[in-house]
Amino acid sequence: MINNRVPSGELAQKWSTYKSTCKLVNPANKRSIDIIVVGTGLAGASAAATLAELGYSVKTFCFQDSGRRAHSIAAQGGINAAKNYQNDGDSVYRLFYDTIKGGDYRAREANVHRLAEVSGNIIDQCVAQGVPFAREYGGLLSNRSFGGTQVQRTFYAAGQTGQQLLLGAYSAQMRQVALGKIIEHNRHEMLDVVVIDGKARGIIARNLVTGQIERHGAHAVLLCTGGYGNVFFLSTNAMGSNVTAAWKAHKKGAFFGNPCFTQIHPTCIPVSGDHQSKLTLMSESLRNDGRIWVPKKQGDNRKAVDIPEEERDYYLERRYPAFGNLVPRDVASRAAKERCDAGYGVGNSKMAVYLDFAAAIIRYGKTECTKTGIANADQATIIKLGKEVVKEKYGNLFDMYEKITGENPYEMPMRIYPAVHYTMGGLWVDYELMTTVPGLYALGEANFSDHGANRLGASALMQGLADGYFVIPYTIGNYLADEIRTPKIDTNQREFVEAEKAVTDRINHFINVKGKHSVDYFHKQLGKIMWDKCGMARNEKGLKEAIQEIRALRDEFWRDVKVPGGANELNPELDKAGRVADFLELGELMCIDALNRNESCGGHFREEFQTEDGEAMRMDENYMYVAAWENKGNNEWNLNKEDLIYDVIHPSQRNYK
Amino acid sequence: MTWKEYFTSSIGKKFVMALTGISLILFLIVHSTVNGMIFFNDNGETFNFYAHFLSHNWLMRLAELGLFVGLILHIIQGLMLWAQNNAKRPVKYAVNPGNATSAWYSRSMGLLGSLLLIFLVVHLSHFWWGTKVSLYASGHEGHNLYEEMKNAFQIPWVVVVYLLGVIALCWHLIHGFSSAFQTLGINSPKYNPIIKTLGIAYSLIVCLAFAMMPLAFYFGWIS
Amino acid sequence: MEHKEINLNLKVWRQKNAQDSGHFETYKAENISTEMSFLEMFDVLNEKLINEGQDPIAFDHDCREGICGMCSMHINGRAHGPWEGTTTCQLHMRAFTDGQTVTVEPWRAKAFPVLKDLVVDRSAFDRIQQAGGYVSVNTGNAQDGNALPIDKAMADASFDAAMCIGCGACVAACKNSSAMLFTSAKVSQYALLPQGQAERKTRVLNMVAQMDKEGFGACTNTGACEAECPKQISLSNIARLNREYLNAQMSL
Repeated sequence: MINNRVPSGELAQKWSTYKSTCKLVNPANKRSIDIIVVGTGLAGASAAATLAELGYSVKTFCFQDSGRRAHSIAAQGGINAAKNYQNDGDSVYRLFYDTIKGGDYRAREANVHRLAEVSGNIIDQCVAQGVPFAREYGGLLSNRSFGGTQVQRTFYAAGQTGQQLLLGAYSAQMRQVALGKIIEHNRHEMLDVVVIDGKARGIIARNLVTGQIERHGAHAVLLCTGGYGNVFFLSTNAMGSNVTAAWKAHKKGAFFGNPCFTQIHPTCIPVSGDHQSKLTLMSESLRNDGRIWVPKKQGDNRKAVDIPEEERDYYLERRYPAFGNLVPRDVASRAAKERCDAGYGVGNSKMAVYLDFAAAIIRYGKTECTKTGIANADQATIIKLGKEVVKEKYGNLFDMYEKITGENPYEMPMRIYPAVHYTMGGLWVDYELMTTVPGLYALGEANFSDHGANRLGASALMQGLADGYFVIPYTIGNYLADEIRTPKIDTNQREFVEAEKAVTDRINHFINVKGKHSVDYFHKQLGKIMWDKCGMARNEKGLKEAIQEIRALRDEFWRDVKVPGGANELNPELDKAGRVADFLELGELMCIDALNRNESCGGHFREEFQTEDGEAMRMDENYMYVAAWENKGNNEWNLNKEDLIYDVIHPSQRNYK
Repeated sequence: MTWKEYFTSSIGKKFVMALTGISLILFLIVHSTVNGMIFFNDNGETFNFYAHFLSHNWLMRLAELGLFVGLILHIIQGLMLWAQNNAKRPVKYAVNPGNATSAWYSRSMGLLGSLLLIFLVVHLSHFWWGTKVSLYASGHEGHNLYEEMKNAFQIPWVVVVYLLGVIALCWHLIHGFSSAFQTLGINSPKYNPIIKTLGIAYSLIVCLAFAMMPLAFYFGWIS
Repeated sequence: MEHKEINLNLKVWRQKNAQDSGHFETYKAENISTEMSFLEMFDVLNEKLINEGQDPIAFDHDCREGICGMCSMHINGRAHGPWEGTTTCQLHMRAFTDGQTVTVEPWRAKAFPVLKDLVVDRSAFDRIQQAGGYVSVNTGNAQDGNALPIDKAMADASFDAAMCIGCGACVAACKNSSAMLFTSAKVSQYALLPQGQAERKTRVLNMVAQMDKEGFGACTNTGACEAECPKQISLSNIARLNREYLNAQMSL
């Protein structure tokens, strides 16, 4: 049993009590304390800026050419906050409750409540920074509704909320760089954590331009390095998103929490061929007006418009008459997979289903005709008017779809397929966001803490910024207050030398294998194994096979990978090799975790554990815990359990019918 | 920030270009109007009268001085910007977008300006230098400017040079006019169409007027 | 889904490192699906080069959905290629015809030195931002978000400027390698909002000073930046920058 260090007392009072009783570091001492922040997304940039404002000496690291490129930038929808500006009954408790329930009762109550408490401050801070949120005509902030909630609490900036929030945090970070409080290390990749006497004391990083291996010491290390969805090769993550930093921490003693919890988003543009490098999300809001279907005949090669109505299978409407096309994400995703696996998929790859707006166009068109007083309108007029309404609602998404696929979604149905989007699992952290290695913290998507087994829309941005702006500035002080006597970390210590040597040896190995296959060759195979056997639906047999296949693939990778170029130059293939090597270990752990969890919950669906009508079946009596995996070396793990104790909320079976 | 810092900044330099450009645009209105008097077809009487006024009124002389300062600033600053901007891309592209992303004349202000400079030397040596020399030497023009124009524009190559000069001027103005407003910060959906139309109309009218002069003399449209 | 396969002749800039003088290299890209993105075509080419024992082509990319601003290729004379309002990663091979020769160059500007092949150093943009592209508000200092109503039109205009992804296409497209569109977008975002007023004057002066120091050229108002900007940031922002700069100078 591991200690999550959740303060005692009433749930609603925990955070304020903590804040008023935690240890502090005085301003003069902060100056001589170094903090390393790895990753400059929402969590990293906000943490770096805030800690620098407090007076700490901060170093940031990111593998991109600028802090502003981190993949937080791609978030579209919005950010939740319990402001109750709409007077629709929102409150801190409701946001807390929705998040716990949305996570299928696999998140820690105290963390989630704190998240809901600080959510409002995030909006205030971002507005003050000049983030141009959407506004009403009266000049006040606008809200919209999102999945899994009954109130309007999502703040947004068109379809680019992540971009605007990240640029806000980045601007705060740049201000501290100008003030000399942050030293940036862009185009640098963290390749190991240095642990001395049980505490994190620095990192080993590689300058991705020159190839130089650098040692950086610090009193604390923050990993804000995002999720590991790219273990599936294809995902909505950025090409460079990787698990390496988190994985190195894991191998140095940080436990990995719930690695198998992966969110698969149902509405993405499908794979168009073997060349596919990544997948693009189409906003979930499209399911409000689009009808999902596949042909009733297997392998039907006719064009969608040539398939008559009676030969179409609106399978969501058929299987879930109550919710129809608006079933939750995981249900919609699994149903699409089931149809395609059974041979009913459409498009070249046959791994897609239709999302059809024809009915909505007619419906809107008829309404428009009534509104404008056109009696006995012909079909062409109805369609024309209907298209205008649809364009107004979803125009930008339709344009994006057309750019990528070359098809006009006003004329023929969109093709969509589920894709890996977010990983709820991550480094296990306690209430203070500290991993099991003292002085080593994990923030944002990199940790496991707040979303349980399934994340609600518009909550990722909230968590990243909550961790960076409002949580870590307090909790890190509680640790660093005892570190004020620790002098500047000497990077000539044995542990640094050894860690650097291990990193260099590994790089040299990659360069010297000179095998037959490129890094992507292995990555694609790993992705296929993971997708087929540890994806939307998992079962014992598949997971066991996957573990064997991954082990074999990993051996082959180390024997037979081909990395061109040298170690002392800009070498993207070498960067990828290191990342894929780590994915090849993580993939196994994900399967082990999925195999261990004999239940279905949230994004984790074990085929053996479903109700008669195919719904997820949770096993609270056996699995109401966080699986915190401890690395024992040689790809062996020890399971530690953190029991989830619900003091306030009573878990119940989620029912969508 | 000091004034020096302002005027040596990239924006300050362009500010100088815009202000001097606008003063030259204003000058060209006066110039073309006065020269347009030849079309009264009164053997240059009205024209010579105003030409005399311009060269003898002290206020006009002062304005002329200001004009020259502006002209020289415009030329020097323009040439310096041309050279400086050119140095900002030491390795050039192998393939350029051509007119796909911008108009050729907007990219060729340095070239058009240089052609205008050459033309200006010819032009001033024809009609200005002589006038000024005799003015300062003897206190009066000793020249009939109208007659001089008439004589000069009997020579075919002079007419061709002038026409080419006017064409270069026209393109230079079409971009320069609206560009000056942009540099001064005047750009709004409300005014942009007006500025653009005005700029093109101005450039065409002024340049057409100038082009007519050598042609009119050469072909004897005016006696 | 119109699906075709095409063959292309690629002329790609190869440069070992910042010191190397660089040259063009010609490659055949064969059986390219028109459904590929331009970068996926490069992935396929690189895979082939690796298998043949050649050095793959280095290029910057990350999100591949048109928002991170990392991709940066000058394709047949056009920053981000022939499609309007599109980043290189969103450009698809449908834009090309079978047998076409495609020339790919890095962004070219003194302020964006080439690091390798098609990868350039755009850290100058970070330094311009550091010079004043922020509101000085420490975390925790903020008042309630709705305590400050903002005219919707101003907020929308500010957002239009804030959409800039910092890719550098404006610099790459400008004959003077000017960074005016980038700088003006940031200055405009804050100048249009009440939050930006306190530092309005020092911000514009410092950001322009840094922009000049980085070695970007002056603006000739050709409009190429606006034409090539993947987020279609308007030239009116440059006019606003000029105005802000003049105002700051006149009143300080």
